[in-house]
Amino acid sequence: MKQLILRRLGQALIVLAGVALMIFVMLRIVPGNPIETMMGEHADRATVARMTAEMGLDRPLPEQFIQYLGNILRGDFGTSYALGRPVTELMAGAFGNTLILALFAALFSWGLGLLAGIVSAVWKNRAPDRIFMGFSLLGISLPVFLAAMALQYLFAFQLKWFPVSGTGSWKSFVLPAVALGWNSAGQVAQITRTSLAETLGEDFIETARAKGRGTAGVVLIHALRCAMLPVMTVMIIQFSSLLSGAVITETVFSMNGLGRLMVQAISGRDLPLLQATALFATAVAVLGSLAADILCALLDPRIRREA
Amino acid sequence: MTERFSDLMRRMARENKTAVASGAVILLMLLAAAFGPMMTPYGENDMDLMNRLAPPSAAHLLGTDEGGRDVLTRLLYGARISLLIGVAPALLSLAVGAALGMIAGYRGGFADTLIMRMADVTLAFPSMLLAMVLMYALGGGILNVFLTLTLVNWASVARVVRSRTLQLRDSEFVEAARISGVSGGRIVRRHILPNCLPTLLALFTLNIPATILTESGLSFLGLGVQPPFASWGLMINAGQQYLMTAPWLCFAPGLAIMMIVLAFNFLGNGLLDVLDPRRKKR
Repeated sequence: MKQLILRRLGQALIVLAGVALMIFVMLRIVPGNPIETMMGEHADRATVARMTAEMGLDRPLPEQFIQYLGNILRGDFGTSYALGRPVTELMAGAFGNTLILALFAALFSWGLGLLAGIVSAVWKNRAPDRIFMGFSLLGISLPVFLAAMALQYLFAFQLKWFPVSGTGSWKSFVLPAVALGWNSAGQVAQITRTSLAETLGEDFIETARAKGRGTAGVVLIHALRCAMLPVMTVMIIQFSSLLSGAVITETVFSMNGLGRLMVQAISGRDLPLLQATALFATAVAVLGSLAADILCALLDPRIRREA
Repeated sequence: MTERFSDLMRRMARENKTAVASGAVILLMLLAAAFGPMMTPYGENDMDLMNRLAPPSAAHLLGTDEGGRDVLTRLLYGARISLLIGVAPALLSLAVGAALGMIAGYRGGFADTLIMRMADVTLAFPSMLLAMVLMYALGGGILNVFLTLTLVNWASVARVVRSRTLQLRDSEFVEAARISGVSGGRIVRRHILPNCLPTLLALFTLNIPATILTESGLSFLGLGVQPPFASWGLMINAGQQYLMTAPWLCFAPGLAIMMIVLAFNFLGNGLLDVLDPRRKKR
């Protein structure tokens, strides 16, 4: 068990190192001196040279990469060119908002997804199943910007129930969370339906029924516990993708989260900020799938024995 | 793997009406993109400043935008760009992913390790994020959108093709070919590739909507296709500031994107179902 966790952890670290390398390479193939690009055409030559030297951008690439790795390990992500503040400080504030948004979205998508999945599995191939599965396919195919703008138009502009944008109160998070969570609700619903329907066909369920348990008892007490394993894996992976995938939602609702910070970094050609936000968001996704793997191994004796 | 391709298609047509209907929707959209622009009385960039932000009416079925341009006309022209951007990078990433997947699966060893680690790293990125960073690095424009979407999508294709190649490599007919002295490259081309084709077709069909969604997201953020080209994502980007007063500017292209994505997803799932009958039963 310990071995399995260590091996998965090792793999995740290798992938993360690869991710760091890839981000480094991608951001260094941008033509031109990044300082010049950021400061514009009218930049004073001496200042450009001084800042280039300060950031170490004049040294050979391998040396730059080693320095960059060292800085990451020490938790130093540099200073934003455009905003003049430490990147970690900017990210901490933005990440707080993204975290709240992701939690709201997760609550919505897990709740709706589980409900739809359970109903569909119990009434498989009948009307409730058809309706819920139709909705879940719609959820998976609905582009997040369309969902976000439809919600914003209807509930903020027309009905005025929720604020149009910002992160002022808990109400500001409701619409973005629904827009963001819609897609993963569809995925949770589908995996719950598949997994639960499979479990409901097993012998021990027949036994429980024969003992005289009602449908609700059989489903909620016996079947769901077994069927939850793949569902939980999907849920965890979904949560990390909610954290790292809120770019468009945050843009539509003008929320100062991690995704919007990244968009700002791109439009401001702010290299340290972009480098750090991209690395951080990807690390969150990698750690999410690592957590899902480990949880799976902890809960499922079959995987544990395999190791 | 004995069923012929035409039989597979016929079986899908019999069993899965949704997939057939989706195919029809896709065909209609292709026709609309090809011939639609010839049938509207307006040009793609015909301004009409007296008729700015006009709501849908008989003259302008989907209203007009901030320059008084007919939204339906722009939607039809945009369909060309959006469909092209859906299909071309999906095809490119399919070719790259299939080639690398077959090399990794057939050769094994160092090539396998190298290719699959590269795939792991690519897949570790949230796809929208990777696309954003690549667009930043490469700069805007249609060709760079192609390149970016190819670099984002090749890895999942390579993974599937590799595992299919591993299965085929150990099958008896490949063994027989190898013993009779057929070269590795020829085995891959003549025996492995043809047997991967049905899987590739399903992957292609499912890659198109993913590509369209990523492109529209990029263009929505202003990082994808650049004006004067009108892609659907770009139309939404331009219309967003008029969401309150002229919602048709966002919702017309938004619904078009949703329809095409839904149709390709239904068709792709239908293809996967006929290719792997076990999937359906679950």
